[in-house]
Amino acid sequence: PADAGSGPVGPGGGRAYAPPAERKRFYQNVSISQGEGGFEINLDHRKLKTPQGKLFTVPSEALAIAVATEWDSQKDTIKFYTMHLTTLCNTALDNPTQRNKMQLICAAVKFLETDTVCYRVEEPAALAELQRNEWDPVVAWAEKRYNVAIGSSTSFLGPNIPASTKETFVSHLASYNMWALQGIEYVITQLKSLILSMGLIDRHITVEKAVLLSRLEEEYQIQRWGSVEWAHEYDLCELRARTAAGTLFVHLCSESSTVKHKLLQD
Amino acid sequence: MAALGSPLRILRGLLRELRHANGRADRPYRNMPAYQHVVAAFRAHRVTSEKLCRAQQELHFQAATYLCLLRSVREYGALHQEYHGKGERSPEEVAGLVGFRLPQQPGGKG
Repeated sequence: PADAGSGPVGPGGGRAYAPPAERKRFYQNVSISQGEGGFEINLDHRKLKTPQGKLFTVPSEALAIAVATEWDSQKDTIKFYTMHLTTLCNTALDNPTQRNKMQLICAAVKFLETDTVCYRVEEPAALAELQRNEWDPVVAWAEKRYNVAIGSSTSFLGPNIPASTKETFVSHLASYNMWALQGIEYVITQLKSLILSMGLIDRHITVEKAVLLSRLEEEYQIQRWGSVEWAHEYDLCELRARTAAGTLFVHLCSESSTVKHKLLQD
Repeated sequence: MAALGSPLRILRGLLRELRHANGRADRPYRNMPAYQHVVAAFRAHRVTSEKLCRAQQELHFQAATYLCLLRSVREYGALHQEYHGKGERSPEEVAGLVGFRLPQQPGGKG
């Protein structure tokens, strides 16, 4: 069986759930096929498995094609750290943190208490103004779209989010299946913002815009002091890649036309 | 959504990125499943600039997102290779940076 790398290693053997960073490409042909549980990825004649050894199956054909493309675009070495869709699928299949749907939802909504776009500075004045100009509209959009009060704060304690607001988001997120929720929680963790993530999920803003808004302070400093390519550009590309992967993952897992409902454990 | 870019530009960008992403020298990128899927999806939904239906908007956004993914992964890979992929210098190279040479010790280190 072809798994992406070592499975759980255990005591003294290193991290329990992490494949090696790189490995030689060991397959010629990548293809997808449809099995009982969904779409599978074939590396030559071997079926791809998750780090925990489960058969790798995804509910959406488009997602399977995109995962297959990640594997097919590896050249001499397989760079696992660039294969974000594969990673997301592995997480959905293995659920290594063993969280149930409600735990995922609560983790997501908890981010609202320290949401980047609600957490404001008072100085420098130029940055404070930039935050107002760039972040106020997206907070206003979320308040209107979800009919909630959110606001923003310059206090180090962060904004005071009413319980009813949290409840609204909890019940909205509950309408997503487990796979999509893994994706949503992932995007929130990358952007450090529930509001920006909902903006993406609802297709109100693009990935590039969401990442820019998430990194607003960095961008402000870069404009003042210059961009250091090996750090700033590097981080920017990585955040864009992960955010784009997470967003695409959520959308492909939520499409009713391509999803086999029985496969997605709720 | 004005910020998305025209469907045609996104399609062109996607096909270009897929050409870069083609890991197999022996297979034309037009035969990649992703290429065929993207082209078929654009054809089926005939994504135009007019705001017509929800499925078109979804496809438009998905296509723009996938393009962002492919492009960022490629750019990240290039930056990684350029700045972070080369490992450490050998002791000889380090010495050479400041104009020194390591001493020759015929019997090895004492």
